[in-house]
Amino acid sequence: MLKRFTWVWIAVLVAGRTIAAETKVDFDRDIKPIFASRCYECHGEKKQKSGIRFDRKNSLFEGGDEGKPLVVAGKSSDSILVQRVTTQDEDEVMPPKGERLTAEQIALLRAWIDGGASWPDDKAGGKKHWAYEKPVRPPLPKVTDSAWPRNSVDYFVLERLEREKLKPSAEAERAILLRRVSLDLIGLPPTLQEVDEFVADRSPKAYEKAVDRLLASPHYGERWARLWLDLARYADTQGYEKDDRRSIWPYRDWVINALNRDLPFDEFTIEQLAGDLLPDATREQKVATGFHRNTLTNTEGGTDDEEFRHEAIVDRVNTTMSVWMATTFNCAQCHNHKYDPFTMREYYQVYALLNQTADADRPDEGPVLKLPTPKQEAELARLEKEISAADAEYKAETAEIKSAREKWEEQTRSELGNWKFLDAREARSAGGATLTKTNDLSILAGGTNAPNDVYTVVATTDLKRITGLRLEVMPDASMPQKSVGRQPNGRFVLTGFEAGWAPKDNPEAKEPLVFSKAEADYNQENYHITNVISGIKTNVGWATGAHEEKGRVERAAWFAVSNAVEIPEGAILTVKLHHDSKWAEANIGRFRLSVTGMESVAAPPKVPEKIRTILASKERSEKETKELDRHFRTVAAELKPVRDKIAELKKNQGQVQAAIPTSPVMEAMTKPRDTHVLIRGGFLSKGEKIGPGFPAILTSVKANESANLSRLDLARWLVSEENPLTARVTVNRIWEQYFGIGLVETSEDFGTQGEAPSHPQLLDWLATELIGQGWSLKALQKAIVMSATYRQASKAPAELLERDPYNRLLARGPRVRLEAEMIRDQALAISGLLSKKLGGPSVFPPQPDGLWQVVYSGDAWNTSKGEDRYRRGLYTFWRRTMPHPAMVTFDAPSREFCVVKRTRSNTPLQALNLLNDAAYIEAAQALAQRMMGDGGDSDEKRAAYGLRLCVARTPEKGEVAKLTALYREQLAHFQNDSDAARKLVGEKRSAEEAAPLAAWTVVANVLLNLDELITKG
Amino acid sequence: MLPKSVEFQQQALQAITRRHFFGKAAVGIGGLALASLLNDRLLAGGASALNALAPKQPHFPAKAKRVVYLHMAGSPSQLDLFDYKPKLNELNGQPCPESIFKKERFAFIKGVPKMLGTPHKFAKHGQSGIELSNLLPRLATVGDDIAVVRSMHTDQFNHAPAQIFLFTGSPRQGRPSMGSWLTYGLGSETENLPGFVVLVSGGKTPDGGASLWGSAFLPTVYQGVQCRSQGEPVLYVSNPPGMDTQTRRRSLDTLKALNEMQVEKVGDPETVTRIAQYELAYKMQTSVPELMEIDKEPKSVHEMYGTEPGKVSFANNCLLARRLLERGVRFVQLFHWGWDQHGDNKDNDIRDGLVRQTKQTDQACTALIKDLKQRGLLDDTLIVWGGEFGRTPMNEDRTGNKELIGRDHHPHAFTIWMAGGGIKPGITYGATDELGYFVSENKVHVHDLQATILHCLGLEHTKLTYKFQGRDYRLTDVHGEVVKGLLA
Repeated sequence: MLKRFTWVWIAVLVAGRTIAAETKVDFDRDIKPIFASRCYECHGEKKQKSGIRFDRKNSLFEGGDEGKPLVVAGKSSDSILVQRVTTQDEDEVMPPKGERLTAEQIALLRAWIDGGASWPDDKAGGKKHWAYEKPVRPPLPKVTDSAWPRNSVDYFVLERLEREKLKPSAEAERAILLRRVSLDLIGLPPTLQEVDEFVADRSPKAYEKAVDRLLASPHYGERWARLWLDLARYADTQGYEKDDRRSIWPYRDWVINALNRDLPFDEFTIEQLAGDLLPDATREQKVATGFHRNTLTNTEGGTDDEEFRHEAIVDRVNTTMSVWMATTFNCAQCHNHKYDPFTMREYYQVYALLNQTADADRPDEGPVLKLPTPKQEAELARLEKEISAADAEYKAETAEIKSAREKWEEQTRSELGNWKFLDAREARSAGGATLTKTNDLSILAGGTNAPNDVYTVVATTDLKRITGLRLEVMPDASMPQKSVGRQPNGRFVLTGFEAGWAPKDNPEAKEPLVFSKAEADYNQENYHITNVISGIKTNVGWATGAHEEKGRVERAAWFAVSNAVEIPEGAILTVKLHHDSKWAEANIGRFRLSVTGMESVAAPPKVPEKIRTILASKERSEKETKELDRHFRTVAAELKPVRDKIAELKKNQGQVQAAIPTSPVMEAMTKPRDTHVLIRGGFLSKGEKIGPGFPAILTSVKANESANLSRLDLARWLVSEENPLTARVTVNRIWEQYFGIGLVETSEDFGTQGEAPSHPQLLDWLATELIGQGWSLKALQKAIVMSATYRQASKAPAELLERDPYNRLLARGPRVRLEAEMIRDQALAISGLLSKKLGGPSVFPPQPDGLWQVVYSGDAWNTSKGEDRYRRGLYTFWRRTMPHPAMVTFDAPSREFCVVKRTRSNTPLQALNLLNDAAYIEAAQALAQRMMGDGGDSDEKRAAYGLRLCVARTPEKGEVAKLTALYREQLAHFQNDSDAARKLVGEKRSAEEAAPLAAWTVVANVLLNLDELITKG
Repeated sequence: MLPKSVEFQQQALQAITRRHFFGKAAVGIGGLALASLLNDRLLAGGASALNALAPKQPHFPAKAKRVVYLHMAGSPSQLDLFDYKPKLNELNGQPCPESIFKKERFAFIKGVPKMLGTPHKFAKHGQSGIELSNLLPRLATVGDDIAVVRSMHTDQFNHAPAQIFLFTGSPRQGRPSMGSWLTYGLGSETENLPGFVVLVSGGKTPDGGASLWGSAFLPTVYQGVQCRSQGEPVLYVSNPPGMDTQTRRRSLDTLKALNEMQVEKVGDPETVTRIAQYELAYKMQTSVPELMEIDKEPKSVHEMYGTEPGKVSFANNCLLARRLLERGVRFVQLFHWGWDQHGDNKDNDIRDGLVRQTKQTDQACTALIKDLKQRGLLDDTLIVWGGEFGRTPMNEDRTGNKELIGRDHHPHAFTIWMAGGGIKPGITYGATDELGYFVSENKVHVHDLQATILHCLGLEHTKLTYKFQGRDYRLTDVHGEVVKGLLA
């Protein structure tokens, strides 16, 4: 690999001058992109100026209309192509528009031509790119050293090695091999007992027994779920700015489970993409569809839900094609794919398949599936029973209830009769609003809405005395937010309420009414009704919280008159409503006034309009009788105990309901959505309408057969016989986990821009093996780990390292740094702290303070207690905008998008993390205690024991000597400075106890940082 | 002692990269794409041995070697600080012309908004006559050193996507940040500190979160490292309680000895790198706390910046920025939250909240310019100051309270200023229409700004690429033009 690139580099270095003839240039990688970006526009599929097209081999080699070849293989200087791109003649130079080709591009063109102008056959009609042909099971190749292969895998590897004149390495030391295969299969190191048993077991089946034990372990699913969760971009939050929590861990547990029971990969695929569409889909199959519900949800204010729903669909298309097909399909979102045979139309055909689910970037993540535990189900059933019993009691008709109802009716009717609606004869607005009387005698404001306004209502009254007034404010559809007030947010602020009367023949002789009391059924904080009768104010008044959704309801206030006197018949009553608040436009929208002449004024009964009508009418229907009864029961004092009981039960029911785990799922739309090609990928630029379909090159389904394709068909197609990619991509990704590098190095791209496989036949053998074994992942993995290839020692002799630095030829065993989760899990396992609890909600192991400082969110990282502090890394709560720092430091992705391959960096921050993180110090201390407790009676034995716990193999004398030297030196130091010792291992310990423990803790801290420890060797 | 083969391997790989970069520079064309491929392969293959952070040559001679980006998270009002609009004062309180607001989508404005003039006074300063509001009295004294760009515009009108757009070139999470692109392209000039450091003040992490300094698909060595003023300055940099420097040194010596035995036995170059990274970590344990000791600076410096050691403040971060730049850090990224003057409460309005913000920042920004200048660092340090978008010429009037004035998010026009390496000083670039609504002259899109910043650092933005999942990515996506009018 490296070699090839240095060659190209040489071409760059000498650009524009002589070219080394042996320079190798890859047409698809190096040349075609130049043609595509600079030539196709005029000489391509659409236009063929001068009859030349750069997407056809024969056109360049035979020439266009003029019949002169543009390319003469081996002779770049004689090639018209080179002449035209290098000429100084501005009229001649190609391309005629835009910048000239760069020196690098020209150098590549020259190098390509001089190197023989190799051009793989045109895709059209010719041979397809290797990855688009179905894998065919290859025969086992012939090898010379027939003793070495242990299974079929080895024949392919050995055949290549023999061609390269290389020999495979010897088998790894047994303890090291067991550590390797344990880390690979379950992500945890072997226990010393397991190591001892395996080393002692000399039977030929010993290794296979160990492999079978590991494959059957429930921790297998945990280890392999990690890989899948990166692909599924699983996280515990919604992403984007707010990044609120999301409950989707049941999906994570489904993955672990599915892997543990070796759910065949085809079913594994189908259930995740379309489990909900399977006949009689089970709860588990629906949970599996959480795979594509891991897309981000944007809950920020002002965002367009449709835009982010579209983004989620785009992500689902890209992720699907990346995970199963290793295809850079995303390139076709804005234009036809430049290198691979995918059109923009095909992109939106796949989009159309995934565009038919009910989720829509909702803050509540709907649709979600409730997943009650059996205990919760029982609890809910019990509550339901009790509620229905209490409800029966509440509804029962008894003699006592009957008489209470009759009494209530009579009393309410009389109270209601005491209050008369004021029938306004005039309503004026000082600010120019139109005030209109409506049928129910309420007054509706419209037209101009002045910053401040005073409403004046004039009416005639027949009452002899006026002892009280009532003001009702009512919501109206014509108001902003359909609220009660006229401010754009729906609020009103009443700052003053005045009333006065005058004899009908002398309207000017107004007598003001004085209010001794004011009450309202709701007062917004700091906006109490009493403000409006204590002089007109501007900073306060009465408001009802109508700027919020829940406050946009009918409210009432009433006022008691302290200076009630006899008034003449037909007197004129004038009421003024002042709106002089600092809040502009906060005028009441719709209101109704009533008056009463009752002797002792009490709060008017709060009776809904409908009930009021029923009470007022002489006759009532059966329906009305029932309605009245229903209302009565909500207020009857006699029924208060049973009402309270029901409320309590419902509260409990609500609590149980709220505790039920939920998980977002896919749900098909009842009415399909239209899909359009989106011009240049922009979600608002809709092009032609388009139906579902699969990319033509990969399917035999004809365009006209595809109209009714569903998500389930997509899933089935991915794992169908005719799909050339899924099995290959899957085995390659798994292989990559074992060897650190895939057989196809670009595990994310099997297209023409990707790398060709290092062992094409092995890749196809594994792919066909996966299918042949009924898509069993465990069977595939067993084949890999049972091979002699996998079991080789990872030692890299100098010449081999120089020849094959990345171990592409597989003449040695794998050696790669462990992934973030494994590093944590291993330290916990070695120190004995690890909790082996499986599944459940994500946990919060310690992390440094102050990391979760998030705008607009008060969410906090509350460190888990008990064993949840020590769970495996895959259960750590994953906040997309702030994943656990130890994870990020060791290259875990943010999980915002599908990541096929993690990088493996090697940084000083990783060193600091492992050296100083309190979690690793705690592990070092626990390991030190194990060494002291179980290691033996000498320093050497304890040091050796610790090292064995860490790396499984037998320690060497030199290593033990170095560790014990450190121990003794540190012991002396801590004996001298017992304060330091206690700071390191706990203030409660005595000096005698603390010093050796501190010294061993320092040693353990070294052990937990060993390169060998954080590496699979 | 390392076995010969491993040493050879390392040297060979380093030589390839070095030659590679020199080679590219020698022919004066960008082979960085190729470099990235090579690097990518080496990293993926496990041989990060060739120190991905070694200094690299730019595409062409650079004017600036390092950058300090002062991001004003929340987005300050250009109309009250930099872009004076007499017409807007004239129309103060009038309804917004329908032609404007009908087409628009706002984050919070509802109904017909009213125009809002500025309550603050503007004046011209210095020889260049740069016009600034009286909220920036200190900046006015260095007006001849800065270039004010009044014609910025962006595609995004919510904080998180706009910030992510500004710093990664895409409004969605998942692309590398500007600082990581620069460290990837140029490497680091310090061996004791990270090449890309982030400092946060204003009480909140910016809305865009860690994506603003993440490396996304670039190798993690290029991601920004947040230095915190409280708690540990860099995560996990302090030894655990009870472990002193000597014990740490001794334990690292033992670790090194054991790791070297491993190298001899297995011969993996990656182990050699790991040994080196532990040594670098040890150096950081000294250099990072030393860096944070701003109380050791003389009194005159504290007076100049308005720093108060021990607190979390923008001023402290500006001084820290200078100390980082002095020590060879490539990209220092400051975030200061608190510029979101919607006018929804008194603390957050154009009259009071904005005054508080400028008081917290004007002195320190100015001090940073002066300090870098007197130390001879301004010539090759690029300073950028600005928010993620602008603010509306209309009063947002979210609450209806007549006593509060505020402005909503505005993507169509905003102002930033730049100074130092590569930037023409004392100019005002670009203009907006008479209401300050749209850019009317010399538009500068966010992608253009990104291209210009890279240009000042000697990088051609179209050539600083990285191949990921089959596609070459770059900071400017498929857009961006270097703004020649801003260049010195």
